[in-house]
Amino acid sequence: MNAPVATGRFEAEEVDAWFGPKQVLRKVNLLIPERRITAVIGPSGCGKSTFIRCLNRMHELVPGARIAGRIRLDGENVYAPDVDPVLLRRRVGMVFQKPNPFPTMSIRDNVLSGLRLTGALDRSRAEAIVEQALRAAALWEEVKDRLGEPGVGLSGGQQQRLCIARTLAVSPEVVLMDEPCSALDPIATARIEDLLSELKARYTIVIVTHNMQQAARVSDRTAFFLTGELIEVAETDTLFTSPMDRRTEDYITGKFG
Amino acid sequence: MHPETRIRRRNERLFRLLCLGCLLLPLAMLAWLLGDLMIKAMPRLHMDFLSGYPSRRATDAGILPGMVGSLYLILLTMSLAMPVGVGAAIYLEEFGRRSRVAQVIEVNIANLAGVPSIIYGLLGLEIFVRVLGLGRSLLAGAATLALLVLPVIIMATREALRTVPDSLREAAVGLGATPWQVVRQVVLPQSMPGIMTGCILAVSRAIGETAPLVVIGALTFITFLPDGVLAPFTALPIQIFNWISRPQAAFAHNAAAGIVVLMGTLLLLNATAIYLRERMGRMQKGVH
Repeated sequence: MNAPVATGRFEAEEVDAWFGPKQVLRKVNLLIPERRITAVIGPSGCGKSTFIRCLNRMHELVPGARIAGRIRLDGENVYAPDVDPVLLRRRVGMVFQKPNPFPTMSIRDNVLSGLRLTGALDRSRAEAIVEQALRAAALWEEVKDRLGEPGVGLSGGQQQRLCIARTLAVSPEVVLMDEPCSALDPIATARIEDLLSELKARYTIVIVTHNMQQAARVSDRTAFFLTGELIEVAETDTLFTSPMDRRTEDYITGKFG
Repeated sequence: MHPETRIRRRNERLFRLLCLGCLLLPLAMLAWLLGDLMIKAMPRLHMDFLSGYPSRRATDAGILPGMVGSLYLILLTMSLAMPVGVGAAIYLEEFGRRSRVAQVIEVNIANLAGVPSIIYGLLGLEIFVRVLGLGRSLLAGAATLALLVLPVIIMATREALRTVPDSLREAAVGLGATPWQVVRQVVLPQSMPGIMTGCILAVSRAIGETAPLVVIGALTFITFLPDGVLAPFTALPIQIFNWISRPQAAFAHNAAAGIVVLMGTLLLLNATAIYLRERMGRMQKGVH
């Protein structure tokens, strides 16, 4: 977790995406500034998860999925033919909706899994990396005495923070979060939200959520998606207090969704 | 009590008794069979029998070559069938999921599991014994049995791979793992217990097979132990089959004792596999 050289600024230009014949994103243009939290909101099926999965090229892993347009990370098109998606994903980490620690691994091994999977683990630094990553994920104090125990023995909220620690341990520039709190109780959610504001000093964070209060609480910028289109993007305060578009206003005031 | 309730309760009790009967009937028959077998086997079950070689006199005959032959045969069979079977399953499940070829192969593997074992024997005779020139050897026998149990291993492994949730594959991919790293470090450890179960089934099937070994020409009367994978051999079922077909009554006792040894060997092999599986399962739960 040394200070990243690159900054982690994403630019999406005219992005279209499909699942088979079904188009799920239409001409999305969105700038994601570095070291800030961008929230992506919208009703179910609006394409918000698909959008962030395009950022680390996981969308294309679904059979029949396609994408068009350009997505640049620090100015470099991530869909250029010479870009290795495997290497891209080490720069752009992802936290998923349901906590998914590896059941065959201990807490320690879960944190190190990214480095071990990719063969990049320096054994002499392992303990330091584990502590650093767990501290960054605000989990160290709770688990420091039982690092050898299985990761799946933790509570749901702790498991999700373990997954965050696992993502941070590979030193990404960007952390994508796909509704990271939707399977958690309010207390665990609050802990993750506190954590986010600490993380943005070092990482670019994109968080998908269908909880508008959460977007309002944690994010600097908010993008509103509807049926595959980006309707509006603005500073979070502006978007929630004086939205430009009628549909944004209807959504945030709870008229639909 | 409401009359309808009473009738329903009576019917439920009847149904439960019926199910219990279905369970007890085969168990009783099995117990009878085992009891009969043990009584017949008793006079011959001693160390001389276990460490002896075949003989024309029933009371001198031993089972050592059959026992050693079966053990070698199974170990060799599994070391051929396991890597190939698991590899094939990984290809079909992890890499070939989308292709039509994989679907065609899938249907055919299920069919292969139902092919009579003597057909495999004929195949083994032609390919391994004659074309590849392995002769009537341990290796030819093991290769034939490996073909026979491959479908079992492939199907069990695929089943086990399918139980690994996609969320774990996604987690690994999201961390920048290559497809091979995902399989090797996340999917395989997770599905190991299921794969072991498939191997136990495969061992149980292979150890009792007689027909294919007869076809490829396992010997029935050998007075030495195989000294390499190309040596001629015999196996427990062959030895038992041979004794049963003798007219003298004394050989029937040998056959019964041979069956007990066969079952003992099978239990031993399966117990080892189950032990390994449980140990791996415990490791997964983190109790080292």
